[in-house]
Order: sequence, then structure tokens, then C-alpha cells
Amino acid sequence: MTDAVAIKGRSLWIDAWNRLKANRAAIISAVYLCFIVLLTIIGPNLTGHEFTTQYPSYVRVPPSLEPYPKAEKLDQEIKEIITRAHLTLKEWKQEGGRFLVSVTSSKPIDDRVTRYLDRSDSFKDGKVESKSSDGLEMTMSASVQHLYFFFGTDISGRDLLTRTLMAGRVSLLVGLLAGMVAVTIGVLYGSVSGFLGGKTDELMMRIVDILYALPFTFFVIMLVVFFGRNFMLMFLAIGAVLWLDMARIVRGQTLSLKRQEYMQAAEAMGVNSWGILMRHIIPNMLGPIIIYVTLLVPQVIILESFLSYLGLGVQEPMSSWGVQISQGSRNMEGASYLLIIPALFLTSTLFALNFIGDGLRDALDPKDR
Amino acid sequence: MLRYVFRRLLTAIPTLFLIITISFFLMHIAPGGPFNMERGIPPEIKANIERVFHLDEPVWMQYFRYLGNLAHGDLGPSYILINFSVAELFAQSLPVSIRIGSWAMLLSLVVGSAMGVLAALRHNKFIDFFIVTLATGGSTLPTFVTAPLIQLIFGLTLKWIWIGGWHDGELAAAIGPIVTLALPQLATVARLMRGSMIEALNAHHIRTARAMGLSDFSVVVKHAMRGALLPIVSYAGPAAAGLVTGSIIVETIFQIPGVGRAFIDGALNRDYTLVMGTVILIAVFTILFNFLSDLLYALVDPRVRYD
Repeated sequence: MTDAVAIKGRSLWIDAWNRLKANRAAIISAVYLCFIVLLTIIGPNLTGHEFTTQYPSYVRVPPSLEPYPKAEKLDQEIKEIITRAHLTLKEWKQEGGRFLVSVTSSKPIDDRVTRYLDRSDSFKDGKVESKSSDGLEMTMSASVQHLYFFFGTDISGRDLLTRTLMAGRVSLLVGLLAGMVAVTIGVLYGSVSGFLGGKTDELMMRIVDILYALPFTFFVIMLVVFFGRNFMLMFLAIGAVLWLDMARIVRGQTLSLKRQEYMQAAEAMGVNSWGILMRHIIPNMLGPIIIYVTLLVPQVIILESFLSYLGLGVQEPMSSWGVQISQGSRNMEGASYLLIIPALFLTSTLFALNFIGDGLRDALDPKDR
Repeated sequence: MLRYVFRRLLTAIPTLFLIITISFFLMHIAPGGPFNMERGIPPEIKANIERVFHLDEPVWMQYFRYLGNLAHGDLGPSYILINFSVAELFAQSLPVSIRIGSWAMLLSLVVGSAMGVLAALRHNKFIDFFIVTLATGGSTLPTFVTAPLIQLIFGLTLKWIWIGGWHDGELAAAIGPIVTLALPQLATVARLMRGSMIEALNAHHIRTARAMGLSDFSVVVKHAMRGALLPIVSYAGPAAAGLVTGSIIVETIFQIPGVGRAFIDGALNRDYTLVMGTVILIAVFTILFNFLSDLLYALVDPRVRYD
């Protein structure tokens, strides 16, 4: 017996991690989710567009891998610019990457007309090349400003890629923060209720029962409508709605944990209630809590999008996937990508979160399979 | 049994009372009122309007007045649609919501259970995998995504359905909202049914039934399904009530003049009585359906007894 080899124990967490690694759907989802999170954090700075910049020349242009302006549109674009400048177009030609535009007018032409070229989204650095002595004829040059809209632009001519990533940032952030609010309230409430037990537990759980009976979708809408469309308030409203399940789960766990011997040992050694709660009860419930958080975040994202869809959530110029889907569905005739792209982002993220949640449940709670 | 029914109905009263109280005060402590938004009303006229609707009284007096009227079954007049009472508005909108909701419920129960049973019978085969994937999709996709997608695909592209309006329940107008409303419920029913059916098919009494030479049909439908239906029954109650709530989005997107739409319009216009009426209506529905589902539970499973 003395030479027994020391066996390296496997902790619950290593076991869980091994089980999770075997779950391909969960791992792919986790990788995908990390990718989306990274994309929404750094992506908006890499697209070359601000999420608020509007390009009047490119309103609702479809997604394309080639740069705008398209070659066949240039003729029309130049004609429009020249008309706007109250000039007559003589001819235009392309020469070594620059465009030469010859114009005439019945009145002497001001040099500043090149601004009409600059002001358009298709051209940049317009210059006067030559001017006739009477000032009635002029040749201007400008280079084409190449812009990429991989996802096209929205109804205000803003780059949809940048906006989708910004919207994703908001949606994920709301999901995470409001989820945290809900979990914190739920864990504290549930563990206190379960730990104290007796009359207090009875009362606290009756309150939860009553709150369960309230029609919550209606309450959130009422809160948001009557107290103004405030971002913080939305967090609180969502957080306050979704903590009930968490509280019930945590209370049940606490009740069963309380009966364990090590809990009595801690009590016998004189650890106070708060210490037992923080040191023994809450850490032992981390598994169910983590599972619940991954399942809660998509719920919050859906609720936020739902509010935003009704126009009660995030306000312009900020955006969230819910806002985008709402705008997209109003403009889907002829521009279905406005609906489909944010919908794809939202649903793929929701799927990923659900798969991760299911994977974690299988990994952390093997009995529950 | 009768005592149980009586007790359940009795506990519903304080719950309802609480819901009414919370909603009432929540609405009245919020800044603004139904007549604050119209510009250009002279103050005297506004004061007159408010006096007619008793809005000039202290909130607690308004509260007791409302409770008193409610006890007589009077939900009050709508503040915004001046010539209508809330009850009249519900008489128009509730039948529409109930029609969509009950069709959606029927669709999700029938199709969902059928899919669940099929998946369980072909457990771990392709069809099982296919149905599970569909069900996961159905319960993950939120309504405000599926609704516009259905409009886009079946309305704008294929032109099979109309994308908006009610048109007195014409099939082409109603099918979109019904399917959208049914999808998430259908997915959940299918998942529940699959799970409980797999369990039921492995039970001893099913093996006995098979050993006794009963036909497959009889084994599945008469013996396995009866037990497997239990989770569906307890799910159906809250789900049926949820259909009315879920209809907010569907009714907004498909422009259906139902209760969900009435609530949103009421909330946006601060039509206090209409909002209160809707909240009460939803609460009553929720309590009622939960109660019915508990009763049904006892009918399906004779082991469940209420005393």
C-alpha cells in the first residue's frame, strides 16, 4: 500500500473540457463566435468607411466585389455633374487613370467648378487643365475615387458592411451586459432565498411566482415607451425581465448543496453565512450558471432586436441587428440584401450561441443527457 | 376535482389584481399623457377633456374608479379612438387574433407532433437528423426574422401569398401570419415529442405490447403516444397564451388588425385604457390556458390527481 502510485486526479473542469472538445458542433460554434466578436470589434475600422458616412451617389447599391463607380455608370455620372454645374459637356475621355472633361458655357467659367467633381462620390482631386482665353471653354481633370461596398449600401447610402459590424457590436454588447444584469440578480436572489430557507424562502419565491404571471413582453414595451427610449433603461428592463429563471435554478441548486456534509463542516467551523455563500455555494453552481448564461445571451439579443424592430430600442445613427432587419424588411422590395445580410449575421450568431450552450450543458452536466 | 377548480380560480384573483395595479401605476407615474401630444389644444379645452376622462383627479382616485368600473365589466372608453370603447375595440380585434392564434396552435400541435413521432421512430437515421435540424432552426430563428423572410420568398418572389393586410381572413392573407406564428411552437413541439417518444418507445410496456403481437400502428398510436403526449400538454397551455403575445410582431409585420397591434398602437399613443385592457386580457388568457392545460393533464394521465 505504501508504494501506491500517485494518481493525478481529473477535476470536474478537465473532464468537462474533454467532453466539450469531442463535441464538434460546439467547438465550431465557439470558433465562429470568436471570429464574429473579433470582426465586430476591429472590423468597422478596417472597412475604409465610417458607419455614419453617407454616399449620396451610392444609395442602395447592391453588394459587389468590384469597386464603385462601375465603368458603365461613369458617363451618366459625369453628365449629371456637369448639368448640376450649369455647364454643357463637350466630351470626356480617360487618359492614364485620370479623366479629362471638356466643357463649354455661355458665360465665363469659374475655376471653382472643379468642386462639383470633388463633391461627387465618384471623383477626387479635380483640377483645371486648360482654359480658353475668353473663359467659355475649359478642360478639367479628375481621378476616379474607387470605393468598395462588399455588402452594398443602405437606403441612406451608408456602407452596409461597416454598419452590420457596428450593429453586431451593439447587439452582442447588449446581450452580454443585460445578460450579466439578469444573471447577477438571479444568482444573488436565488442563492439567498435557497440558503436562508424557511419563511424568507417562501416569501421570496412567491414574489417570483407572481412576477412570472406578469405579461413581460408587454411590461418591457410599456417601460420603454413610457419612460423614453433610453439605452440604459433598456438594459435594466431586459435584465429585470430575464432573471426569474436564473433565480429558480439557483435556488434549487442551493437547497441541494446545503444538505452536503462539507457545508455542515463549514458551518461547524464557524464560517458565517456570507462566507459559505461566496466560498461554497456560488462556486459550486458555476456549471449551471455558465450554461444558463450562454442560453440567456441569445434570448437577450432577441429581446433587444424585438424592441429595436418596433422602433423602441437602439436609435439612429447607432444600429443593431434588430434595427437593420427592421429597416431591411421595409425596403426588401428590390433590395433584399438589406434584409438578408443582417438576418444571416443575427441567426448564425444565435445558432452558434445555442450550440455552445447545448455543448456546455452536455459537458458540465453529464447526468442530464 | 371541483374543489381544485375552485381553488385555482380563487388564486387567479390576487394575481390579476396585482397585474392590474402594477400596470396602472407604471403607466400613470410616467411623464406625459394621452392628450399631451396634440399640439394646439387651448389649455381650457385640454382641461375639459381631462375632466371628462377624470384625468385631473389624483392617481389613486383614478385607480379606484378604474377598479370600480372593471368590477362592472367596463374597460372604459378609448382615449385616442374617441368614439370607441375598449370593449368595442376588442370585439373587432380579438376574433382576428384568436383565429390566427388557434390555427397556428393547431398547425404546430399536429405537424409538430407528427414530426416528433416520425423522428423518434427513425431515431438516429437521416430523417431524424433532418427533423432535429429543422426544429433547432425553427426555435432559434426569431419571428421578426422569419416573418420578413416569408414575405420576401413567398410573397414578393413567388407571389403565393399576400404580404400585408387581413382582407377578412382570406387564405392568401392569413397563411403568412399563421405559419410565422406557428413555426417556433411547431419546432418546440417536435423536439418535445421526439424526446418523450424515444423514451416511451423504450419502455417496458411497449416491449410487452410488441411481444403480444400488436400491430405497429396500435403500439405507436395507442400505447406509446398516449404517454408521450404529456409534456406536450403541459407545454401547450403557456404556448397558447404565448401565441397572443407573440402576435405583436406578426401582427405588426403583416398588418393584421389584432390585439397585438392594438396594444402597440395604444402604448405608442398613451391610450391608457386600451393598454390596460390589453394587459388584463393577456393575463386572463395566460391564467386560463395554464389552468386548462393542468386539467387536461389529469385527463391524459390518470395517475395525476387533484384533490
